[in-house]
Amino acid sequence: MKVLSALVAVAVLVLIAAIGTGLAPLQYVFGVVVPYAAFAVFVAGFVYRVAKWAKSAVPYRIPTTCGQQKSLDWVKHSKLEAPHTTGQVVVRMLLEVFLFRSLFRNTRTNLEDDDDGGKKLVYTSSKWLWLGGITFHLAFFTIVLRHLRFFTEPVPFLVQSVEGVDGFFQMTLPALYQTDLVIVGALTYLFLRRLFDPKVRYISLANDYFPLLLILSIAATGILMRHVWRVDVVGIKELAMGLASFSPTVPDGIGTLFYIHLFLVSTLVAYFPFSKLMHLAGVFMSPTRNLPNNSREVHHVNPWNYDVKVHTYAEYEDEFREVMKAAELPVEKE
Amino acid sequence: MNKRGEMLTGLVIAVFLVLVLSPILYNFAVGNARSVPDLKPPPGGEKQCVESKEWMRGNHMQLLFDWRETVVREGNRTYRASDGKEYNMSLTSECLSCHTNKDEFCDQCHDYLKVKPYCWDCHIVPPKENA
Ligand code: HEC
Ligand code: HEC
Ligand code: HEC
Repeated sequence: MKVLSALVAVAVLVLIAAIGTGLAPLQYVFGVVVPYAAFAVFVAGFVYRVAKWAKSAVPYRIPTTCGQQKSLDWVKHSKLEAPHTTGQVVVRMLLEVFLFRSLFRNTRTNLEDDDDGGKKLVYTSSKWLWLGGITFHLAFFTIVLRHLRFFTEPVPFLVQSVEGVDGFFQMTLPALYQTDLVIVGALTYLFLRRLFDPKVRYISLANDYFPLLLILSIAATGILMRHVWRVDVVGIKELAMGLASFSPTVPDGIGTLFYIHLFLVSTLVAYFPFSKLMHLAGVFMSPTRNLPNNSREVHHVNPWNYDVKVHTYAEYEDEFREVMKAAELPVEKE
Repeated sequence: MNKRGEMLTGLVIAVFLVLVLSPILYNFAVGNARSVPDLKPPPGGEKQCVESKEWMRGNHMQLLFDWRETVVREGNRTYRASDGKEYNMSLTSECLSCHTNKDEFCDQCHDYLKVKPYCWDCHIVPPKENA
Protein backbone atom coordinates (compact mmCIF):
# COMPACT_ATOMS: atom_id res chain seq x y z
CA MET A 1 0.00 0.00 0.00
CA LYS A 2 1.12 3.51 -0.80
CA VAL A 3 0.90 4.90 2.73
CA LEU A 4 2.82 1.95 4.05
CA SER A 5 5.68 2.33 1.62
CA ALA A 6 6.00 6.01 2.58
CA LEU A 7 5.89 5.09 6.25
CA VAL A 8 8.52 2.40 5.79
CA ALA A 9 10.74 4.81 3.86
CA VAL A 10 10.68 7.33 6.72
CA ALA A 11 11.26 4.60 9.31
CA VAL A 12 14.26 3.32 7.36
CA LEU A 13 15.72 6.83 7.24
CA VAL A 14 15.34 7.17 11.01
CA LEU A 15 17.00 3.80 11.52
CA ILE A 16 19.91 4.62 9.22
CA ALA A 17 20.75 7.75 11.20
CA ALA A 18 20.13 6.06 14.55
CA ILE A 19 22.44 3.17 13.74
CA GLY A 20 25.00 5.37 11.99
CA THR A 21 25.48 7.68 14.95
CA GLY A 22 24.13 5.68 17.87
CA LEU A 23 25.91 2.39 17.29
CA ALA A 24 28.59 3.35 14.78
CA PRO A 25 30.84 6.42 15.16
CA LEU A 26 29.72 8.09 11.93
CA GLN A 27 28.99 11.52 13.42
CA TYR A 28 31.15 13.22 10.82
CA VAL A 29 29.31 11.54 7.97
CA PHE A 30 25.86 12.41 9.27
CA GLY A 31 26.85 15.80 10.66
CA VAL A 32 28.95 17.14 7.81
CA VAL A 33 29.20 14.99 4.68
CA VAL A 34 25.50 14.21 4.24
CA PRO A 35 24.28 17.77 4.95
CA TYR A 36 26.78 19.27 2.50
CA ALA A 37 25.91 16.75 -0.17
CA ALA A 38 22.19 17.30 0.37
CA PHE A 39 22.61 21.06 0.19
CA ALA A 40 24.59 20.82 -3.04
CA VAL A 41 21.94 18.56 -4.58
CA PHE A 42 19.26 20.98 -3.44
CA VAL A 43 20.83 24.09 -4.95
CA ALA A 44 21.93 22.45 -8.19
CA GLY A 45 18.70 20.49 -8.58
CA PHE A 46 16.57 23.55 -7.94
CA VAL A 47 18.40 25.67 -10.50
CA TYR A 48 18.31 22.79 -12.98
CA ARG A 49 14.56 22.35 -12.64
CA VAL A 50 13.87 26.06 -13.04
CA ALA A 51 16.16 26.30 -16.07
CA LYS A 52 14.49 23.28 -17.61
CA TRP A 53 11.04 24.74 -17.13
CA ALA A 54 12.22 27.99 -18.62
CA LYS A 55 13.13 26.19 -21.84
CA SER A 56 9.62 24.89 -22.49
CA ALA A 57 7.67 26.65 -25.17
CA VAL A 58 5.08 29.23 -24.20
CA PRO A 59 3.81 30.35 -27.60
CA TYR A 60 0.71 32.16 -26.41
CA ARG A 61 -0.96 33.53 -23.32
CA ILE A 62 -2.64 30.83 -21.28
CA PRO A 63 -3.46 32.47 -17.92
CA THR A 64 -6.29 30.88 -15.98
CA THR A 65 -8.84 33.59 -15.47
CA CYS A 66 -12.11 33.78 -13.64
CA GLY A 67 -13.26 37.33 -14.23
CA GLN A 68 -14.03 39.86 -16.93
CA GLN A 69 -11.01 40.54 -19.07
CA LYS A 70 -9.97 44.07 -20.04
CA SER A 71 -12.38 45.25 -22.71
CA LEU A 72 -14.15 48.47 -23.62
CA ASP A 73 -14.00 51.20 -21.03
CA TRP A 74 -17.59 50.78 -19.90
CA VAL A 75 -17.19 47.05 -19.26
CA LYS A 76 -15.96 46.57 -15.71
CA HIS A 77 -12.56 44.89 -15.80
CA SER A 78 -11.70 42.38 -13.07
CA LYS A 79 -8.09 43.35 -12.44
CA LEU A 80 -7.12 40.45 -10.21
CA GLU A 81 -8.98 37.67 -11.94
CA ALA A 82 -7.94 38.61 -15.46
CA PRO A 83 -4.84 40.79 -15.08
CA HIS A 84 -3.74 42.51 -18.26
CA THR A 85 -0.58 44.28 -17.15
CA THR A 86 2.55 42.99 -15.45
CA GLY A 87 1.70 44.99 -12.32
CA GLN A 88 -1.65 43.27 -11.98
CA VAL A 89 -0.01 39.89 -12.56
CA VAL A 90 2.46 40.63 -9.76
CA VAL A 91 -0.32 41.54 -7.34
CA ARG A 92 -2.27 38.44 -8.22
CA MET A 93 0.85 36.30 -7.81
CA LEU A 94 1.66 37.79 -4.40
CA LEU A 95 -1.86 37.15 -3.16
CA GLU A 96 -1.67 33.62 -4.48
CA VAL A 97 1.68 32.96 -2.80
CA PHE A 98 0.86 34.51 0.56
CA LEU A 99 -2.88 33.85 0.87
CA PHE A 100 -3.49 30.84 -1.43
CA ARG A 101 -6.38 32.68 -3.09
CA SER A 102 -7.18 30.01 -5.65
CA LEU A 103 -7.40 27.33 -2.97
CA PHE A 104 -9.70 29.59 -1.00
CA ARG A 105 -12.23 29.16 -3.80
CA ASN A 106 -12.25 25.41 -3.28
CA THR A 107 -15.72 23.87 -3.50
CA ARG A 108 -17.08 20.46 -2.81
CA THR A 109 -19.86 18.66 -4.62
CA ASN A 110 -22.70 17.12 -2.66
CA LEU A 111 -25.98 15.36 -3.39
CA GLU A 112 -28.70 16.74 -1.17
CA ASP A 113 -32.38 15.90 -0.77
CA ASP A 114 -34.61 18.25 -2.68
CA ASP A 115 -38.26 19.11 -1.89
CA ASP A 116 -39.76 16.43 -4.16
CA GLY A 117 -38.05 13.54 -2.42
CA GLY A 118 -35.30 13.38 -5.05
CA LYS A 119 -31.69 14.44 -5.01
CA LYS A 120 -30.10 17.61 -6.22
CA LEU A 121 -26.49 18.52 -6.92
CA VAL A 122 -25.11 21.34 -4.77
CA TYR A 123 -21.71 22.95 -4.57
CA THR A 124 -20.61 24.29 -1.23
CA SER A 125 -17.58 26.26 -0.23
CA SER A 126 -14.92 24.14 1.44
CA LYS A 127 -12.21 25.97 3.35
CA TRP A 128 -10.60 23.22 5.42
CA LEU A 129 -7.96 22.35 2.89
CA TRP A 130 -7.11 26.02 2.54
CA LEU A 131 -6.87 26.40 6.30
CA GLY A 132 -4.69 23.30 6.70
CA GLY A 133 -2.49 24.35 3.80
CA ILE A 134 -1.92 27.94 4.80
CA THR A 135 -1.34 27.26 8.49
CA PHE A 136 1.15 24.55 7.60
CA HIS A 137 3.04 26.79 5.19
CA LEU A 138 3.17 29.79 7.52
CA ALA A 139 4.30 27.65 10.45
CA PHE A 140 6.96 26.00 8.30
CA PHE A 141 8.20 29.39 7.15
CA THR A 142 8.41 30.68 10.74
CA ILE A 143 10.27 27.58 11.82
CA VAL A 144 12.81 27.93 9.03
CA LEU A 145 13.32 31.58 9.97
CA ARG A 146 13.74 30.66 13.63
CA HIS A 147 16.37 28.07 12.80
CA LEU A 148 18.60 30.84 11.47
CA ARG A 149 19.68 31.43 15.06
CA PHE A 150 21.82 28.32 14.65
CA PHE A 151 23.46 29.54 11.45
CA THR A 152 24.25 33.15 12.29
CA GLU A 153 26.46 34.78 14.88
CA PRO A 154 25.50 37.41 15.97
CA VAL A 155 21.85 36.47 15.46
CA PRO A 156 20.06 39.13 13.36
CA PHE A 157 17.36 41.09 15.12
CA LEU A 158 14.57 39.81 12.89
CA VAL A 159 15.29 36.21 13.87
CA GLN A 160 15.27 37.12 17.56
CA SER A 161 11.91 38.83 17.34
CA VAL A 162 10.33 35.89 15.54
CA GLU A 163 11.60 33.69 18.33
CA GLY A 164 10.10 35.94 21.00
CA VAL A 165 6.71 36.15 19.34
CA ASP A 166 6.60 32.41 18.75
CA GLY A 167 7.22 31.62 22.43
CA PHE A 168 4.79 34.30 23.51
CA PHE A 169 2.81 32.22 26.01
CA GLN A 170 5.88 31.25 28.04
CA MET A 171 4.51 27.82 28.78
CA THR A 172 7.09 25.19 29.80
CA LEU A 173 10.86 25.67 29.86
CA PRO A 174 12.26 26.08 27.28
CA ALA A 175 9.25 27.99 26.04
CA LEU A 176 6.77 26.09 23.89
CA TYR A 177 6.52 27.52 20.36
CA GLN A 178 3.01 27.95 19.00
CA THR A 179 4.20 27.09 15.52
CA ASP A 180 5.22 23.64 16.75
CA LEU A 181 1.64 22.92 17.72
CA VAL A 182 0.29 24.46 14.51
CA ILE A 183 2.56 22.53 12.18
CA VAL A 184 1.86 19.19 13.82
CA GLY A 185 -1.89 19.87 13.80
CA ALA A 186 -1.93 21.00 10.17
CA LEU A 187 0.22 18.11 8.94
CA THR A 188 -1.90 15.61 10.82
CA TYR A 189 -5.01 17.04 9.21
CA LEU A 190 -3.46 16.99 5.74
CA PHE A 191 -2.34 13.40 6.25
CA LEU A 192 -5.65 12.12 7.66
CA ARG A 193 -7.50 13.88 4.87
CA ARG A 194 -5.58 11.81 2.34
CA LEU A 195 -6.24 8.65 4.31
CA PHE A 196 -9.91 9.03 5.10
CA ASP A 197 -11.42 11.00 2.24
CA PRO A 198 -12.04 8.20 -0.30
CA LYS A 199 -11.77 10.49 -3.33
CA VAL A 200 -8.48 12.01 -2.21
CA ARG A 201 -7.18 8.64 -1.14
CA TYR A 202 -7.86 7.23 -4.58
CA ILE A 203 -5.63 9.81 -6.24
CA SER A 204 -2.90 9.83 -3.57
CA LEU A 205 0.45 8.32 -4.38
CA ALA A 206 3.37 7.30 -2.20
CA ASN A 207 5.05 10.57 -3.12
CA ASP A 208 2.07 12.45 -1.69
CA TYR A 209 2.33 10.67 1.65
CA PHE A 210 6.11 10.67 1.86
CA PRO A 211 6.70 14.44 2.20
CA LEU A 212 3.92 14.74 4.76
CA LEU A 213 5.31 11.93 6.87
CA LEU A 214 8.87 13.13 6.43
CA ILE A 215 8.07 16.67 7.56
CA LEU A 216 5.96 15.32 10.40
CA SER A 217 8.90 13.25 11.61
CA ILE A 218 11.19 16.25 11.32
CA ALA A 219 8.80 18.28 13.47
CA ALA A 220 8.42 15.42 15.92
CA THR A 221 12.16 14.91 16.38
CA GLY A 222 12.61 18.65 16.79
CA ILE A 223 9.96 18.90 19.47
CA LEU A 224 11.31 15.83 21.27
CA MET A 225 14.79 17.36 21.31
CA ARG A 226 13.50 20.57 22.80
CA HIS A 227 11.11 19.20 25.37
CA VAL A 228 11.79 15.54 26.13
CA TRP A 229 15.18 14.03 25.32
CA ARG A 230 17.17 17.20 25.38
CA VAL A 231 20.37 17.61 23.45
CA ASP A 232 23.35 19.90 23.80
CA VAL A 233 22.10 22.98 21.97
CA VAL A 234 25.37 24.86 22.29
CA GLY A 235 27.20 21.98 20.60
CA ILE A 236 24.59 21.96 17.85
CA LYS A 237 25.13 25.61 17.14
CA GLU A 238 28.88 25.01 16.93
CA LEU A 239 28.23 22.30 14.36
CA ALA A 240 25.79 24.46 12.39
CA MET A 241 28.14 27.46 12.43
CA GLY A 242 30.94 25.23 11.23
CA LEU A 243 28.81 24.13 8.31
CA ALA A 244 27.74 27.67 7.44
CA SER A 245 31.29 29.02 7.52
CA PHE A 246 32.92 26.07 5.71
CA SER A 247 35.07 25.02 8.65
CA PRO A 248 33.09 22.01 9.86
CA THR A 249 33.58 20.71 13.38
CA VAL A 250 31.70 17.95 15.14
CA PRO A 251 31.54 18.58 18.90
CA ASP A 252 31.26 15.46 21.08
CA GLY A 253 28.19 14.52 22.97
CA ILE A 254 25.42 15.78 20.70
CA GLY A 255 22.56 13.31 21.08
CA THR A 256 21.61 10.74 18.43
CA LEU A 257 18.19 12.33 18.19
CA PHE A 258 19.80 15.41 16.69
CA TYR A 259 21.50 13.38 13.98
CA ILE A 260 18.20 11.71 13.15
CA HIS A 261 16.62 15.14 12.83
CA LEU A 262 19.48 16.38 10.67
CA PHE A 263 19.41 13.31 8.45
CA LEU A 264 15.67 13.67 7.86
CA VAL A 265 16.16 17.33 6.97
CA SER A 266 19.01 16.43 4.62
CA THR A 267 16.74 13.89 2.94
CA LEU A 268 13.97 16.43 2.57
CA VAL A 269 16.32 18.98 1.08
CA ALA A 270 17.91 16.54 -1.36
CA TYR A 271 14.53 15.11 -2.36
CA PHE A 272 13.02 18.55 -2.83
CA PRO A 273 14.08 19.40 -6.39
CA PHE A 274 12.82 16.08 -7.74
CA SER A 275 9.46 16.08 -6.04
CA LYS A 276 6.16 17.86 -6.06
CA LEU A 277 7.62 20.19 -3.45
CA MET A 278 9.15 22.09 -6.36
CA HIS A 279 5.86 23.96 -6.52
CA LEU A 280 7.87 26.44 -4.46
CA ALA A 281 9.44 27.60 -7.74
CA GLY A 282 6.71 26.17 -9.94
CA VAL A 283 4.13 28.69 -8.84
CA PHE A 284 6.28 31.49 -10.24
CA MET A 285 7.12 29.59 -13.41
CA SER A 286 3.62 28.48 -14.32
CA PRO A 287 2.30 30.24 -17.43
CA THR A 288 -1.26 29.97 -16.17
CA ARG A 289 -0.27 32.36 -13.36
CA ASN A 290 2.58 34.50 -14.63
CA LEU A 291 1.19 35.70 -17.93
CA PRO A 292 -1.07 38.73 -18.38
CA ASN A 293 -4.37 38.06 -20.11
CA ASN A 294 -3.78 40.37 -23.06
CA SER A 295 -4.26 38.11 -26.06
CA ARG A 296 -6.69 40.55 -27.61
CA GLU A 297 -4.61 43.64 -27.02
CA VAL A 298 -1.19 42.55 -28.14
CA HIS A 299 -0.25 40.57 -31.20
CA HIS A 300 1.72 37.55 -30.01
CA VAL A 301 3.81 36.00 -32.73
CA ASN A 302 4.64 32.37 -32.31
CA PRO A 303 8.44 32.46 -32.00
CA TRP A 304 9.09 29.35 -34.07
CA ASN A 305 6.60 30.07 -36.83
CA TYR A 306 7.77 28.74 -40.19
CA ASP A 307 8.39 31.60 -42.57
CA VAL A 308 5.45 30.90 -44.88
CA LYS A 309 5.59 32.32 -48.43
CA VAL A 310 2.36 34.21 -48.91
CA HIS A 311 0.83 35.80 -51.96
CA THR A 312 -1.43 38.65 -50.84
CA TYR A 313 -4.43 39.82 -52.78
CA ALA A 314 -2.68 43.09 -53.62
CA GLU A 315 0.20 41.19 -55.20
CA TYR A 316 -2.23 38.90 -56.98
CA GLU A 317 -4.05 41.89 -58.43
CA ASP A 318 -0.77 43.50 -59.51
CA GLU A 319 0.09 40.33 -61.33
CA PHE A 320 -3.24 39.82 -63.08
CA ARG A 321 -4.63 43.36 -63.32
CA GLU A 322 -4.60 43.57 -67.10
CA VAL A 323 -6.15 40.17 -67.53
CA MET A 324 -8.80 40.96 -64.93
CA LYS A 325 -9.65 44.24 -66.61
CA ALA A 326 -9.92 42.51 -69.92
CA ALA A 327 -12.36 40.03 -68.42
CA GLU A 328 -14.25 42.98 -66.83
CA LEU A 329 -13.60 41.78 -63.34
CA PRO A 330 -13.64 44.54 -60.65
CA VAL A 331 -10.17 45.59 -59.45
CA GLU A 332 -9.25 47.63 -56.43
CA LYS A 333 -6.51 49.73 -58.00
CA GLU A 334 -6.74 51.09 -61.51
CA MET B 1 12.07 31.75 -24.58
CA ASN B 2 11.19 35.41 -24.94
CA LYS B 3 12.55 38.41 -23.08
CA ARG B 4 9.90 38.21 -20.39
CA GLY B 5 10.57 34.54 -19.75
CA GLU B 6 14.30 35.12 -19.49
CA MET B 7 13.83 37.88 -16.96
CA LEU B 8 11.46 35.81 -14.88
CA THR B 9 13.77 32.79 -14.86
CA GLY B 10 16.71 34.96 -13.90
CA LEU B 11 14.72 36.53 -11.12
CA VAL B 12 13.51 33.21 -9.69
CA ILE B 13 17.02 31.72 -9.71
CA ALA B 14 18.65 34.86 -8.31
CA VAL B 15 16.17 35.25 -5.45
CA PHE B 16 16.49 31.57 -4.65
CA LEU B 17 20.27 31.68 -4.51
CA VAL B 18 20.35 34.83 -2.39
CA LEU B 19 17.86 33.39 0.10
CA VAL B 20 19.49 29.99 0.33
CA LEU B 21 23.01 31.30 0.63
CA SER B 22 22.14 34.23 2.90
CA PRO B 23 23.40 32.67 6.18
CA ILE B 24 26.71 31.85 4.52
CA LEU B 25 27.01 35.33 3.03
CA TYR B 26 25.98 36.90 6.34
CA ASN B 27 28.62 35.02 8.31
CA PHE B 28 31.19 35.85 5.69
CA ALA B 29 30.34 39.56 5.75
CA VAL B 30 29.52 40.48 9.35
CA GLY B 31 29.57 37.22 11.24
CA ASN B 32 31.82 35.95 13.92
CA ALA B 33 31.66 32.23 13.26
CA ARG B 34 34.38 31.21 15.65
CA SER B 35 33.09 32.77 18.85
CA VAL B 36 32.02 29.89 21.05
CA PRO B 37 31.01 30.26 24.72
CA ASP B 38 34.00 29.85 26.96
CA LEU B 39 32.67 28.83 30.36
CA LYS B 40 34.63 29.21 33.56
CA PRO B 41 34.13 26.79 36.46
CA PRO B 42 32.61 28.39 39.57
CA PRO B 43 35.09 30.76 41.20
CA GLY B 44 34.35 29.28 44.63
CA GLY B 45 36.19 26.11 43.63
CA GLU B 46 33.20 23.75 43.70
CA LYS B 47 33.76 20.69 41.56
CA GLN B 48 30.32 19.24 41.09
CA CYS B 49 27.08 20.75 39.78
CA VAL B 50 23.68 19.71 41.09
CA GLU B 51 23.57 16.92 38.56
CA SER B 52 26.19 15.70 36.11
CA LYS B 53 27.63 18.35 33.84
CA GLU B 54 26.40 16.65 30.64
CA TRP B 55 22.89 16.42 32.00
CA MET B 56 22.90 20.01 33.23
CA ARG B 57 23.98 21.32 29.84
CA GLY B 58 20.82 20.11 28.19
CA ASN B 59 18.36 19.92 31.04
CA HIS B 60 19.00 22.76 33.48
CA MET B 61 15.80 24.51 32.36
CA GLN B 62 13.82 21.39 33.17
CA LEU B 63 15.47 21.27 36.59
CA LEU B 64 14.62 24.90 37.23
CA PHE B 65 11.07 24.30 36.05
CA ASP B 66 10.69 21.42 38.48
CA TRP B 67 12.26 23.41 41.29
CA ARG B 68 9.86 26.26 40.71
CA GLU B 69 6.86 23.93 40.65
CA THR B 70 7.94 22.12 43.80
CA VAL B 71 8.65 25.29 45.75
CA VAL B 72 5.74 27.41 44.63
CA ARG B 73 3.08 24.72 44.35
CA GLU B 74 4.12 22.20 46.98
CA GLY B 75 6.10 24.35 49.41
CA ASN B 76 8.95 21.90 49.47
CA ARG B 77 12.37 23.54 49.27
CA THR B 78 14.77 20.62 49.52
CA TYR B 79 16.02 18.81 46.45
CA ARG B 80 17.74 15.47 46.71
CA ALA B 81 20.13 15.08 43.79
CA SER B 82 20.82 11.72 42.20
CA ASP B 83 24.08 11.47 44.16
CA GLY B 84 22.15 11.90 47.42
CA LYS B 85 23.29 15.45 48.15
CA GLU B 86 20.66 17.93 49.23
CA TYR B 87 20.17 21.36 47.73
CA ASN B 88 17.99 24.32 48.54
CA MET B 89 15.77 24.73 45.48
CA SER B 90 16.41 28.35 44.68
CA LEU B 91 17.39 30.09 41.50
CA THR B 92 19.26 32.96 43.07
CA SER B 93 20.56 31.50 46.28
CA GLU B 94 21.53 28.08 44.93
CA CYS B 95 22.51 28.23 41.24
CA LEU B 96 24.04 31.66 41.53
CA SER B 97 25.83 30.84 44.81
CA CYS B 98 28.23 28.70 42.82
CA HIS B 99 27.88 30.32 39.40
CA THR B 100 28.36 33.73 40.96
CA ASN B 101 28.88 35.58 37.72
CA LYS B 102 25.66 35.29 35.77
CA ASP B 103 26.93 37.45 32.91
CA GLU B 104 29.87 35.23 32.24
CA PHE B 105 28.20 31.93 32.89
CA CYS B 106 24.49 31.71 32.15
CA ASP B 107 24.40 34.62 29.76
CA GLN B 108 27.31 33.54 27.62
CA CYS B 109 25.44 30.48 26.46
CA HIS B 110 22.13 32.25 26.29
CA ASP B 111 23.52 35.09 24.18
CA TYR B 112 25.12 32.59 21.86
CA LEU B 113 21.68 31.09 21.14
CA LYS B 114 19.66 34.21 21.82
CA VAL B 115 17.58 32.68 24.58
CA LYS B 116 16.36 35.30 26.97
CA PRO B 117 15.06 33.70 30.14
CA TYR B 118 12.43 36.03 31.54
CA CYS B 119 13.17 34.86 35.09
CA TRP B 120 15.21 37.98 35.83
CA ASP B 121 12.16 40.18 35.36
CA CYS B 122 11.39 39.21 38.97
CA HIS B 123 14.32 37.27 40.39
CA ILE B 124 17.27 39.27 41.61
CA VAL B 125 20.76 38.83 40.30
CA PRO B 126 23.05 39.19 43.33
CA PRO B 127 25.34 42.18 42.93
CA LYS B 128 28.92 41.20 42.20
CA GLU B 129 31.00 41.69 45.33
CA ASN B 130 34.38 42.53 43.90
CA ALA B 131 33.27 44.16 40.69
C1 HEC C 1 26.07 25.39 28.38
C2 HEC C 1 25.38 26.60 28.09
C3 HEC C 1 24.39 27.12 29.12
C4 HEC C 1 24.67 27.56 30.39
C5 HEC C 1 26.00 27.60 31.08
C6 HEC C 1 23.41 27.96 30.94
N1 HEC C 1 22.41 27.77 30.04
FE1 HEC C 1 20.42 28.11 30.34
N2 HEC C 1 20.03 27.51 28.46
C7 HEC C 1 20.96 27.08 27.55
C8 HEC C 1 20.29 26.80 26.32
C9 HEC C 1 20.97 26.28 25.06
C10 HEC C 1 18.92 27.07 26.51
C11 HEC C 1 17.78 27.04 25.50
C12 HEC C 1 17.54 25.76 24.84
C13 HEC C 1 16.70 25.97 23.61
O1 HEC C 1 16.41 27.11 23.26
O2 HEC C 1 16.37 24.99 23.04
C14 HEC C 1 18.80 27.52 27.87
C15 HEC C 1 17.61 27.87 28.45
C16 HEC C 1 17.47 28.28 29.73
C17 HEC C 1 16.20 28.62 30.34
C18 HEC C 1 14.86 28.56 29.65
C19 HEC C 1 14.66 29.85 28.89
C20 HEC C 1 13.52 29.89 27.93
O3 HEC C 1 12.90 30.95 27.85
O4 HEC C 1 13.29 28.93 27.23
C21 HEC C 1 16.47 29.01 31.62
C22 HEC C 1 15.47 29.48 32.63
C23 HEC C 1 17.90 28.90 31.80
N3 HEC C 1 18.49 28.45 30.64
C24 HEC C 1 18.55 29.23 32.97
C25 HEC C 1 19.92 29.19 33.14
C26 HEC C 1 20.61 29.66 34.31
C27 HEC C 1 19.96 30.25 35.52
C28 HEC C 1 21.93 29.45 34.08
C29 HEC C 1 23.12 29.81 34.98
C30 HEC C 1 23.10 29.28 36.30
C31 HEC C 1 22.08 28.85 32.78
N4 HEC C 1 20.83 28.72 32.24
C32 HEC C 1 23.27 28.49 32.22
C33 HEC C 1 22.30 26.93 27.73
C34 HEC C 1 22.97 27.26 28.89
C1 HEC D 1 27.56 23.40 44.26
C2 HEC D 1 27.84 24.37 43.26
C3 HEC D 1 26.89 24.45 42.07
C4 HEC D 1 25.55 24.70 42.08
C5 HEC D 1 24.66 24.92 43.30
C6 HEC D 1 25.13 24.73 40.73
N1 HEC D 1 26.18 24.45 39.91
FE1 HEC D 1 26.11 24.33 37.90
N2 HEC D 1 28.04 23.71 37.87
C7 HEC D 1 28.88 23.65 38.95
C8 HEC D 1 30.16 23.18 38.53
C9 HEC D 1 31.38 22.93 39.43
C10 HEC D 1 30.06 22.96 37.14
C11 HEC D 1 31.15 22.44 36.20
C12 HEC D 1 31.13 20.94 36.24
C13 HEC D 1 32.21 20.29 35.45
O1 HEC D 1 32.98 20.99 34.80
O2 HEC D 1 32.26 19.04 35.49
C14 HEC D 1 28.72 23.29 36.75
C15 HEC D 1 28.22 23.19 35.46
C16 HEC D 1 27.00 23.68 35.07
C17 HEC D 1 26.50 23.70 33.72
C18 HEC D 1 27.22 23.13 32.52
C19 HEC D 1 28.29 24.08 32.03
C20 HEC D 1 29.17 23.46 30.99
O3 HEC D 1 30.35 23.75 31.00
O4 HEC D 1 28.66 22.72 30.16
C21 HEC D 1 25.29 24.30 33.75
C22 HEC D 1 24.38 24.57 32.55
C23 HEC D 1 25.00 24.61 35.10
N3 HEC D 1 26.03 24.24 35.88
C24 HEC D 1 23.83 25.21 35.52
C25 HEC D 1 23.45 25.29 36.84
C26 HEC D 1 22.12 25.67 37.28
C27 HEC D 1 20.98 26.09 36.37
C28 HEC D 1 22.12 25.58 38.62
C29 HEC D 1 20.93 25.79 39.56
C30 HEC D 1 19.88 24.84 39.35
C31 HEC D 1 23.44 25.17 39.03
N4 HEC D 1 24.23 25.00 37.91
C32 HEC D 1 23.83 25.00 40.34
C33 HEC D 1 28.54 23.98 40.23
C34 HEC D 1 27.29 24.27 40.70
C1 HEC E 1 6.38 37.17 37.78
C2 HEC E 1 7.62 37.13 38.50
C3 HEC E 1 8.44 35.86 38.35
C4 HEC E 1 9.03 35.41 37.20
C5 HEC E 1 8.98 36.01 35.81
C6 HEC E 1 9.72 34.21 37.57
N1 HEC E 1 9.58 33.95 38.90
FE1 HEC E 1 10.36 32.40 39.91
N2 HEC E 1 9.45 33.01 41.56
C7 HEC E 1 8.66 34.13 41.68
C8 HEC E 1 8.14 34.19 43.03
C9 HEC E 1 7.24 35.29 43.58
C10 HEC E 1 8.64 33.06 43.71
C11 HEC E 1 8.38 32.64 45.16
C12 HEC E 1 9.55 33.00 46.01
C13 HEC E 1 9.58 32.21 47.30
O1 HEC E 1 8.55 31.68 47.70
O2 HEC E 1 10.68 32.09 47.80
C14 HEC E 1 9.45 32.35 42.76
C15 HEC E 1 10.14 31.17 43.07
C16 HEC E 1 10.96 30.51 42.21
C17 HEC E 1 11.80 29.40 42.57
C18 HEC E 1 11.98 28.76 43.93
C19 HEC E 1 12.43 29.74 45.00
C20 HEC E 1 13.71 30.50 44.74
O3 HEC E 1 14.21 31.09 45.68
O4 HEC E 1 14.23 30.54 43.62
C21 HEC E 1 12.48 29.01 41.45
C22 HEC E 1 13.48 27.89 41.31
C23 HEC E 1 12.05 29.90 40.39
N3 HEC E 1 11.14 30.80 40.89
C24 HEC E 1 12.52 29.82 39.12
C25 HEC E 1 12.13 30.70 38.13
C26 HEC E 1 12.59 30.59 36.78
C27 HEC E 1 13.55 29.52 36.27
C28 HEC E 1 12.01 31.59 36.09
C29 HEC E 1 12.20 31.91 34.61
C30 HEC E 1 11.87 30.88 33.69
C31 HEC E 1 11.19 32.35 37.01
N4 HEC E 1 11.27 31.77 38.24
C32 HEC E 1 10.46 33.45 36.66
C33 HEC E 1 8.42 35.06 40.71
C34 HEC E 1 8.79 34.95 39.41
